[in-house]
Amino acid sequence: MKELWTLFWIFARIGAFTFGGGYAMLPMLQKEIVEKYGWATEEEIMDYYAVGQCTPGVIAVNTSTFIGYKRKGIIGGIVATLGMTFPSLIVITLIASALQSFNDNPIIQHAFAGVRVVVAVLVANVVVKMLKTAIIDWVGIVLFTAALIVGLLFDISPIYIIIGSALTGIISKKIGGVKSL
Amino acid sequence: MNYLLLFWEFFKIGLFALGGGLATLPFLYDLADKYTWLDASILPDMIAISESTPGAIGVNMATYTGYSSGGILGGIIATLGLVAPSIIIIILVARFLNRFNENFYVKAAFYGLRPAVTALIALAGFEVFKVSIITLGQFELTRQLIDLVDIKSTLLFLIMIFLINKYKKHPVVYILGGAAVGILFKF
Repeated sequence: MKELWTLFWIFARIGAFTFGGGYAMLPMLQKEIVEKYGWATEEEIMDYYAVGQCTPGVIAVNTSTFIGYKRKGIIGGIVATLGMTFPSLIVITLIASALQSFNDNPIIQHAFAGVRVVVAVLVANVVVKMLKTAIIDWVGIVLFTAALIVGLLFDISPIYIIIGSALTGIISKKIGGVKSL
Repeated sequence: MNYLLLFWEFFKIGLFALGGGLATLPFLYDLADKYTWLDASILPDMIAISESTPGAIGVNMATYTGYSSGGILGGIIATLGLVAPSIIIIILVARFLNRFNENFYVKAAFYGLRPAVTALIALAGFEVFKVSIITLGQFELTRQLIDLVDIKSTLLFLIMIFLINKYKKHPVVYILGGAAVGILFKF
């Protein structure tokens, strides 16, 4: 019981002090899990993170679940995940409710009009970065273009595009012999 | 608010959003398309808040969206829905599969997924671009090409592209900068 409580607070701390999640949480994980508690080695943390990247869902959540599970079984996985999301629930709920009550304030409106422009740039930047690692051959170009056209023209859920592109990836790797760019 | 539906919709997002970071964004736009309880106009602000506060971006986005659709309980339920598939899948993977990330099928699926996820996020990004820079209403009134974009926003957009790529600071720095410019120049 005491260890579960510790697990919860470790991950709550990590959730509270990492901005952006994903890769940003690795240094915190190393400090808390490897150095302070010695619950895993650095290599193990990297392995968990690698699995977290290629399983569905938020990477930070996946990594937390993995470490919690390895430590304390299913209940450990659940507790670590709840710890990780706990600060978000508190902070975001407070901010969202504050924003709702100041929504008609002209200063807030001007601020967010400026912020939205920055968000457009930030998202564009993420896309450019992803393009560099995602598109490495002709299959990539075809899938990118196809997903763009389908997403633009048809009113279908992203789920189908995700499933379709994963299957295409598997089929083209099975057939093999794709020429790289 | 139908909380069961909210949970189910975020459960599906947790199950199919792959690729980290903004991967949930296309799904949130899809939700706003499908249901009246989610207003697409809150989504750009939601990204800004999620990037400027602690915690994983995907979790923050779920809490914010859930809260704006169904209050405090909505935020909690959306977040639990998002993480539930992770818990199930990770426990299965940890139990039955060794070296999951080096598995042929996993690698091949991601090889196909990555370009498509990039396209989906690009499309969601275009929605943000549309509400922050393009002024279609003004253009329809005047039919002047110059009225198609908001001049102040376009300038800020170009300056930010330059600054973000030159200095590579944390996003929160630029978001606060954008807020200050928005207030000073009455965006």
